[in-house]
Amino acid sequence: MQNNKLISNLFRTEHRKVTAVLARVFGFEHIQIAEDIVSDTFLLATEKWGQNKLPDNPTAWLYTVAKNKAKDHLKRNTIFTQKVSAAIMAESSLSEEVEIDLSEKNINDSQLQMMFAICQPVIPAEAQIGLALRILCGFGIDEIADAFLSNKETINKRLLRAKEKLRQHKVKIEFPDTHEINKRLETVLLTLYLLFNEGYYSVSSNTNLRKDLCLEAMRLTYLLIENKATDLPVVNALFSLMCFHASRFEARIDKNGEMILYDEQDSCLWNDELIVKGTNYLIRASRGDQVTRYHLEAAIAYWHTIKTDSAEKWENVLQLYNKLLILEYSPMAALNRTYALAKAGGKEKAIIEAEKLTQLTGNHLYHSLLGYLYSGVANEKALQHLQTALKLAKSKGEKNRIAKNIKKLNTLKK
Amino acid sequence: MNEFLLIYRREADFDTQFTAEQLKEISKPWMDWMGGLAAQSILADRGNRLDSAGKVVKPNNVVTNGAYVEIKELIGGYSIIKAASLDEAAEIAKGCPILAVGGNVEVREILQM
Repeated sequence: MQNNKLISNLFRTEHRKVTAVLARVFGFEHIQIAEDIVSDTFLLATEKWGQNKLPDNPTAWLYTVAKNKAKDHLKRNTIFTQKVSAAIMAESSLSEEVEIDLSEKNINDSQLQMMFAICQPVIPAEAQIGLALRILCGFGIDEIADAFLSNKETINKRLLRAKEKLRQHKVKIEFPDTHEINKRLETVLLTLYLLFNEGYYSVSSNTNLRKDLCLEAMRLTYLLIENKATDLPVVNALFSLMCFHASRFEARIDKNGEMILYDEQDSCLWNDELIVKGTNYLIRASRGDQVTRYHLEAAIAYWHTIKTDSAEKWENVLQLYNKLLILEYSPMAALNRTYALAKAGGKEKAIIEAEKLTQLTGNHLYHSLLGYLYSGVANEKALQHLQTALKLAKSKGEKNRIAKNIKKLNTLKK
Repeated sequence: MNEFLLIYRREADFDTQFTAEQLKEISKPWMDWMGGLAAQSILADRGNRLDSAGKVVKPNNVVTNGAYVEIKELIGGYSIIKAASLDEAAEIAKGCPILAVGGNVEVREILQM
């Protein structure tokens, strides 16, 4: 039993390392071979270790087996010897055999290069996240399906299509040129941001899995910070944002896996260490004069780590949302801006602005917000909006929360 | 949805020196107004402010100082918004903070080439 747990932990961490290194050797042309070798290696480990004692150094065992399998394959396969190996050998100046380098440095380099290779605008964002989870994070297909609330067949198809696309576009697994980094980094950061959000806001009931998604997004972002060429303000801003959000992990989900709203969170459960970390990386992000959406979102998240309500806090949050929206519109930012306006300038002002957001009338959060704004101002109207919100809401947790607010408002009216 | 250019005009001698504190006070209503438009997803381009210095170039090599042609009114900046009609665009422009300091907004539909 204990072996199984060890194997599954090792699988996650070592799978992604070996895959990245082998994938770089084989290229997207033959990435399936790399993935098969890794699968075979872990299958063999499961069989052997299940029956016998574990080897003294399981990681080294895995690396040796994977290396040998890769080398065997390269020797055996004629197409490979002619096409791919020839190119590799020419490059690596090794005439005898191909070096499979599983040193920490090469693993990190390979993962970074893989990150740039996967995050390509030619494949849809969903597929980028899926591939990142599979190749960079070592998640199983069933776990990815669970995270996306989908099934294994759909995910498998999605990943196959994406790999095919990368092959067609002859995407190379390599680090982009210095002058290209900024542009390429944009896609990489967006994928990491979406990966984090997938975990943070997902409706999947698997709380542990969701947290893992967030931690993986943070790990990959940190990999970029550790690399000199990609340790840029914008990357630090994204990492800071993730730290601030992650600091509320324990406080935002209750025992039943339901979301606890910011206002109702027990701030004792906020993780101070992550808040400090977020602040430090926000300071590192302030080098230079570039202000990206990640900077603004990190700054907003920073203000949310200050529990005490003050006019100053909400005025700052309001102005940050103004800037964020001017930079890039999103429904969530529009709603949150209006909430900040209510906190900073009063509900009456916010109602006028909220009523203008006619593009959001089909969104249950919009009606929840109006329900909140009209509470205590025009309770009958508040009730109408909450009832519309109840009708539009999809998840059970949200329906419960809205029903609770309706009940509260009804008792107030009596 | 069509696009409309909002041209912000005000008194020519409006732009004097401000302290940082005053600038902050002036910028808040503008940021709130722009943020409000962006929240409605109708801000196509935030546009820019224009410096008060300028020259007018006329035929026959005549160049005059001053960004204004005839009247003592200056274009202070511009934005582009999205609206269903000129009337709707004009209705939206009623919220512009330049009105509070005696300025005005010219609303013009942008015709696509």
